[in-house]
Amino acid sequence: MTPQSPESAHGPSFGHELPPENPAVPSKGTIRVLQLYPRDMNIYGDWGNALVLAQRLRWHGYTPELLEYNVGDPFPADVDLIVGGGGQDSGQLVIQDDLLSRESTLKALAEDGMPMLVICGLYQLFGKFFKTRLGSVIPGIGVLDVETHGTDERLIGNVTVSSPEFGSILGYENHSGQTTLGPGVAPLGTTAKGTGNNSTDGQEGARYRNIVASYLHGSLLPKNPALADFLIRTAVERKYGSFTPGTPDDSYAVLAREHAARRPR
Amino acid sequence: MLYFSVPLGKLVRRVSRLRGGGSALPGLVVEKIDPGFMQRTLSTLPLGVAVVSGTNGKTTTTKMVVELLESQGLKVFTNRTGSNFTRGVAAALLGEVDWRGRLEADVAVLELDEAHAVHFVNKVPPRYSLLLNVLRDQLDRFGEIDKTAELLQHIASKTTGTVVLNREDPRVARIAATLDGPEVLYFGLDDSLLSTFPNDDDMRAAPGSPVPAAPARPAADVVLRRVGADDADFEYDGVTVTTAMKLRGVYNIFNAAAALTLARAISGARGTGTDQAGLVSALSKVAPAFGRGESLVVDGLPLELVLVKNPSGFRLGLKSFPAAGYATMIAINDNYADGRDMSWLWDVEFDTLRDGGVDQLTGSRAYDMALRLQYDDVAIGAVDTEIAPALAAFIRGAQGKPKRIFCTYTAMLAIRRELSKITTVEVVS
Repeated sequence: MTPQSPESAHGPSFGHELPPENPAVPSKGTIRVLQLYPRDMNIYGDWGNALVLAQRLRWHGYTPELLEYNVGDPFPADVDLIVGGGGQDSGQLVIQDDLLSRESTLKALAEDGMPMLVICGLYQLFGKFFKTRLGSVIPGIGVLDVETHGTDERLIGNVTVSSPEFGSILGYENHSGQTTLGPGVAPLGTTAKGTGNNSTDGQEGARYRNIVASYLHGSLLPKNPALADFLIRTAVERKYGSFTPGTPDDSYAVLAREHAARRPR
Repeated sequence: MLYFSVPLGKLVRRVSRLRGGGSALPGLVVEKIDPGFMQRTLSTLPLGVAVVSGTNGKTTTTKMVVELLESQGLKVFTNRTGSNFTRGVAAALLGEVDWRGRLEADVAVLELDEAHAVHFVNKVPPRYSLLLNVLRDQLDRFGEIDKTAELLQHIASKTTGTVVLNREDPRVARIAATLDGPEVLYFGLDDSLLSTFPNDDDMRAAPGSPVPAAPARPAADVVLRRVGADDADFEYDGVTVTTAMKLRGVYNIFNAAAALTLARAISGARGTGTDQAGLVSALSKVAPAFGRGESLVVDGLPLELVLVKNPSGFRLGLKSFPAAGYATMIAINDNYADGRDMSWLWDVEFDTLRDGGVDQLTGSRAYDMALRLQYDDVAIGAVDTEIAPALAAFIRGAQGKPKRIFCTYTAMLAIRRELSKITTVEVVS
């Protein structure tokens, strides 16, 4: 396995940076957010999830530290929250072996209650396996009791999910793999609009310990601040014992949700 | 031989024009009754057919190629109506052929949508193809950008003469390795300009993370060496030429290198030589296509429309047009022609707008845009999802200031419509 995809070996890098901090506000503590494979698994605006976690940590009075882990990197210590993105099928092939080599680390963190958000491609690879349309099996790391089967049908469009824990969740899906849940996980919710995990059971995403897995890609957290704050609260409580929230202004998020909900599939 | 389909098709065209109908119906009719019409007509052209495809910049690039070839004295057929589907090409042909079905042209230069180009090249193998880029828009149509790259690969594989490829787009450049028939030419960028063209795969490396060394790149027929405020340097045949440019935006000027490469290949095929000075002169005069980086005058001050369709394009737009001194509006729709998925806004950094803020947001997804700007600490003036009142408020509020509007495709159409209602619109370039 080469250390990086041929695409990323092209030209200079263009990192996103966090907006400047307000130094006048004393910090309640630092939270280390790790992005998994941003180089190869980031096709659908996954940076949005990292940015939302970082900015909301600030708005709640904490200091975010954004770390990233790419193929071949040493795995960082003292991580408080993990996010992993979507990606194309080719990206999944690039990270597959490296991810398998981190299976025990990620499983231990998951069992220990580490908050994690895994979207689309990494949702699939956090499961037991992805069986492609042609029958070959890509093994996952089995953190989640789910399995995914490739299909000819591509599920694309706006989605509204009704979640017992988080209320309505809004997003967009674009995947050909269809995932079914085993008894070891609960669905994140049921779809009111859109397809979700697969075209049969009306379920979307998976919940296990403090992991949220979903097919709603890229911009899941911006329009779903309740989900973002669940991940933040869990990370802060694990590290500092308690969480004192701030008062983020979610008025644009509320309006963006209302307008997204009215858009056709 | 006289084909009955041609007079009938032309008749349908006349009737549908009288009714104010769409441009594709006559194409549909002629396709149905005479499936060989397009192939037969285009096969008579002495220099054959050139197809321009890619996710972004097709319209302006096609316009450039046509004007460059016309500078060489060639008569060019093109699908000017902007209908870049097979049916649209057939309809445009009906408008140009005589009643006996003859097309008086030396070459056809056709802009084709990636997906439709596949059907077209199966019917009419092009002598030339120009493949611009595979950017991350329209994922709601194609699922993955690797899929889009496969569509372009198919166009290249059907090309009989010369394939022109973007050396700097890895998915396009890779197509060369799959070809063994046609000649391959590249257009490229100077190393110093690479950083202004982030590709989609580089989008999310961390600040300060190690930069992988760029692999050795093949020699390009035309290289864009420098982009100035209103001029640019192109290198070809070992000589660097400086030319004034009416086109704005580095992506348009990079596409000029693409157009030059294709136009040089086509005009060179005549065997009578290329008028290099004429090419450069024509290039300096090319104006943007409708709605694409146009500069208008509203209330005596410039108003620029910058079309944004994907993260790379939006980031290039923000880089190409500094915000200082301008009032800014952003109009984001999520209709089919815009792309339904809004996730891509999160792959654009808006820090360049932080100093001046954004005066007005509009479009069906104006609040998604507001939310995006909020997370980049960019101040927002007003938000109104309805384009007409938002545009009026923007123009009223920004009196005495030059204006810039970043807009998705259908928002751009709506803005153009509204602008002509509320003010005299003069197209500058």
